[in-house]
Amino acid sequence: MTAMKRRRGAALLAGGIAATMLLAACGGSSDEAASDSAGGDTAAEETTETTETTEDAGAGDAVAAGCEAYADMMGNEGSTVTLFTSILPPEQQLFEQAWADFESCTGIDIVYEGSDQFEAQLPTRIAGGNAPDIAFIPQPGLLAKLVESGGPVAAPASVSANVDSYWNPAWKAYGTVGDTFYAAPLGSNMKSFVWYSPKYFAEWGIEVPTTWDEMFAAADAIAAAGVKPFCGGIESGGATGWPATDWLEQIVLRTQGGEVYDKWVAGEVKFDSPEIKGAMDVLQGWMKNPDYANGGFGDVQTIATTAFQDAGGPILNGECAMLQQASFYANFWENFQPGTTIAEDGDVFAFYLPEVDAAVAPNPVVGGGEFVTAFADRPEVQAVQTYLSSPEFATSKAALGTWVSANSGVPLDTYANPIDRLSAEFLTNPDGTFRFDASDLMPAAVGAGAEWTEMTAWFAEDKPTDEVLKAIDAAWPAS
Amino acid sequence: MEELGAGLAKVGTGVAAVAIVLGLLLLIFFIGARAKGRLQSPVAIVVFLGPAILLLAYGLIVPAFRTTVGSFQNASGQDWVGFANYTWIFTAPGNSTFLINTILWLIIAPVLSTGLGLTLALLLDRMRRESVSKSLIFMPMAISFVGAGIIWGLIYEYRDPSKPQVGLLSQVVMWLGVEDPPNWLLWQPFNNFLLMVIMIWIQVGFAMVVLSAAIKAIPSDVVEAAELDGATGYRLFSKVTIPMIRGTLIVVLTTIMIAVLKIFDIVRTMTNGNFGTQVVANEMYAQAFVAFDVGRGSALAVVLFVAVIPLIVYNVVQLRKERAIR
Amino acid sequence: MSVEAHEVIPIPMPREESIPQAARRKLSSPWASGLVIFITLLWTIPTFGLLVTSLRPKDQAQSSGWWTAFTDPVFTLSNYAEVLTGGQTIPGGITPYFFNSFAIALPAAIFPLVVATMAAYALAWIPFRGATFVFFGIFALQVIPLQMSLLPLLQMFNLGWSIGPIPIFPDLNQAGSNQSIFYGTYIPLWIAHTMFALPLAIFLLHNFIRQLPRELFEAARVDGASHFLIFRKLVLPLTVPAIASFAIFQFLWVWNDLLVALTFAGGTPDVAPITAYLANIKGTYGAQLHLITAGAFIAIVVPLIVFFSLQRFFVRGLLAGSVKG
Repeated sequence: MTAMKRRRGAALLAGGIAATMLLAACGGSSDEAASDSAGGDTAAEETTETTETTEDAGAGDAVAAGCEAYADMMGNEGSTVTLFTSILPPEQQLFEQAWADFESCTGIDIVYEGSDQFEAQLPTRIAGGNAPDIAFIPQPGLLAKLVESGGPVAAPASVSANVDSYWNPAWKAYGTVGDTFYAAPLGSNMKSFVWYSPKYFAEWGIEVPTTWDEMFAAADAIAAAGVKPFCGGIESGGATGWPATDWLEQIVLRTQGGEVYDKWVAGEVKFDSPEIKGAMDVLQGWMKNPDYANGGFGDVQTIATTAFQDAGGPILNGECAMLQQASFYANFWENFQPGTTIAEDGDVFAFYLPEVDAAVAPNPVVGGGEFVTAFADRPEVQAVQTYLSSPEFATSKAALGTWVSANSGVPLDTYANPIDRLSAEFLTNPDGTFRFDASDLMPAAVGAGAEWTEMTAWFAEDKPTDEVLKAIDAAWPAS
Repeated sequence: MEELGAGLAKVGTGVAAVAIVLGLLLLIFFIGARAKGRLQSPVAIVVFLGPAILLLAYGLIVPAFRTTVGSFQNASGQDWVGFANYTWIFTAPGNSTFLINTILWLIIAPVLSTGLGLTLALLLDRMRRESVSKSLIFMPMAISFVGAGIIWGLIYEYRDPSKPQVGLLSQVVMWLGVEDPPNWLLWQPFNNFLLMVIMIWIQVGFAMVVLSAAIKAIPSDVVEAAELDGATGYRLFSKVTIPMIRGTLIVVLTTIMIAVLKIFDIVRTMTNGNFGTQVVANEMYAQAFVAFDVGRGSALAVVLFVAVIPLIVYNVVQLRKERAIR
Repeated sequence: MSVEAHEVIPIPMPREESIPQAARRKLSSPWASGLVIFITLLWTIPTFGLLVTSLRPKDQAQSSGWWTAFTDPVFTLSNYAEVLTGGQTIPGGITPYFFNSFAIALPAAIFPLVVATMAAYALAWIPFRGATFVFFGIFALQVIPLQMSLLPLLQMFNLGWSIGPIPIFPDLNQAGSNQSIFYGTYIPLWIAHTMFALPLAIFLLHNFIRQLPRELFEAARVDGASHFLIFRKLVLPLTVPAIASFAIFQFLWVWNDLLVALTFAGGTPDVAPITAYLANIKGTYGAQLHLITAGAFIAIVVPLIVFFSLQRFFVRGLLAGSVKG
């Protein structure tokens, strides 16, 4: 803090807004990250059934009945931890429900704030010295950017230990910048799903496809029956375009393999390269194919103006057959029609977007997720971090439905919803080719900027593929 | 009920804050009034003008200075890049879209708002029961951009022509015999105009009310004299009315122009700058807050306020003329 | 700004009936009335469509245009019930945000007025060197896009601000925390709104106050009244129309603001205004037109009431400022 104050004058002289972003950070991240409040693994496994607890939960040693799991996180009664996220109601209420026990046992009050302006607000608040204690950051690219300019605090050992025991190492890597581990994964989305209506599939006599070619054979058959087989929507307010980047990612991973995918994310394979251009051509023949899209909405152009939340609607009345969307789309069906059942024999279900070539990428899965990033190292903040990375939290949240964690400590039968169970299976599959959403890993100027707007223009204005790819490359930061 | 109590308590804090500030002010006034003799004026100046100057310095002047400096730095504000950000604005491919759009906005929206406002003001001046119309036309001014976005979403909504329509505009043109209405927000370049309509919808009321008051303020003897000279209709309008309200017209026009230059909410909520509708203010927001390129964001902000300077200078010159006469 | 217009403006308000009745009657025509009514309808339809949609049941609202409600009238108030208190689709209701908006907007409308009226008086009637320069300077500040002020201001509130070793604004962080003492309060928001409102407020009020007759002030000064006394006893009462109009204008502006509120107060139900709620439900429940329109209508109902009940004042003050330019 003192260093920060001393240097503030220099910042003013420099005058740049971003210069102060850097300085603001010095205060937060320099402190040693070791925690003394919560060390080692969570106490969950050692918890004994028999306890001689007293009712006064205030004291550190005595733990109230039902609160044994939180023994290591005690001692912070009456403290408040602020949380900032892009996750909005109704999901918010489920989170609050999931950690209600934790709150009442530890006496820590978690103040939840969700905003659809999260990505713009978070850096502003950090730079403005008004960082939340914890943020759920869905983009590792944003995390890296924030670490670079300062703000995030390294995760305590207890969180690191949890992640080591329960997550695939790839997930830990996404929360690591340089050599420092900052952020534990929270929820996970399995993005390689195609939603369909079992009822209409049966009516049209279509089998659920298990290979890439079968999927397009099914599409042709449905198209021949006079129904546009695919629907899609990429309108999403300030984030318009993101579903289109997901489609591209699915194809890149499937046709080019994980190695090219990683190089693409790192900027070593340009957008304007034969690999990515090839993937765009595949997408051209899929979602931009006038015979295939946009079922229930009109021509291909309408993909650009259809809200992604609305895109699945036509599936329920047979005007569209398939929608490529993530596992979390399960939350939206209820909005179209109350009482919609999600099951293999229900109103709507999802199949795995098939692999293209097992030799290139076996069982490819594109996923997303949030990362719990702290901006303070007070004991109560670390207690919350530790709790959120524990299998107890993940299990408690998963039990409430329509939420998946790649935390392997969650028993698969916790997932009541078949889609969630399927997602968890794929996400924790050791033989799969798992990759994180590329646009979320890329620098924001590309992954949350040019790629969104250019893909939108590609659909809306039929902007030539070459120009689109060149324009995205041009946005890649110089450094 | 609990919610209501908590809510009223919140409003109570607001009222209390106002009471405290006013109380403090009275106290300062009481003390200030004790100053005697030569100190009187300086003390009064400090007390009256001080708070405003301080607030403006902190809230606007310093940030403007920082922004200007930032516009010569790179994305993270760590290195000096000279005029690179400005070069980017004016030469990068694709940027011509938002530059041209901004110029279109700057000309079309203020002129149409003011023109329509003036027409309405003139027509209203001849009506008996004008207040209802006035209120209803003015009403959009009271609606937030978020609300306006929702309202106009209901109008520009596109549905396949074979389905029941939800968007009013599509439905109206279909009633008029167009079988296949365009997807309005994608309909380049006219979609820009459709967004301007929202701004005009909001601003016409303002123009109308101010101009209507200015017209009413024209002294009746001037009008009568002109009428005795045989001036009616268009002649009365162009030779008497317009010159008499010229000043007001200019103020209305510039006020709307400044508002238009800074407009980003409408574009952001309706199209997010996609489909060839980007404007400078929204590009600035996107660069600074979405892509985190503070250098480019700052440079765009500087371009904006440089663009407004001629308007302000013109107004200041007019004001000075007026003051000199007075 | 033409000289003529300037000289003839009666103070403080132009007469309602300046053109003689005979002339008015002669000029009025059914054509003009028809046109005005047409435009009025055109201007009202969008908002009317919002109201109608918000009263329709979910299925109708999503699958057919609102105008079909007249051939197939099914209306319900349940959308409003759900949005107000929360319900099956949207768990949290709009009510806390509604009160927040009041708590934000009342002080944020009054503070800038107080500061601006004082400044306007000083610039208009306390002679000092540089007064003209200061006035034009303030007028010119209108050009600064407020987006660019957000970050520096936020830093000032939370980290303090100093030029070299000289503290200009204190570091208000609570010991051991990265939350400013302002966190969770409306205070930064009130201050920010006050700052952003000042250029226009001072400009409009100055124009009004300058028109007050010079003799008034000269007489008072001769009697030995201080500026403080003159301000309280003369200026304030005479400026009421302009102050009232600007207060309404500023209230509407603050009520409708989203960006400033989100930046300085955050989006929790404890402090966030109604626009933040609206933006969030629009983002999550894009398809739930019946609920979004109900929320939007609740959000605009207060500005509409304020506007319709006080519009007389509004028009007067606006005129005073603008006609003078």
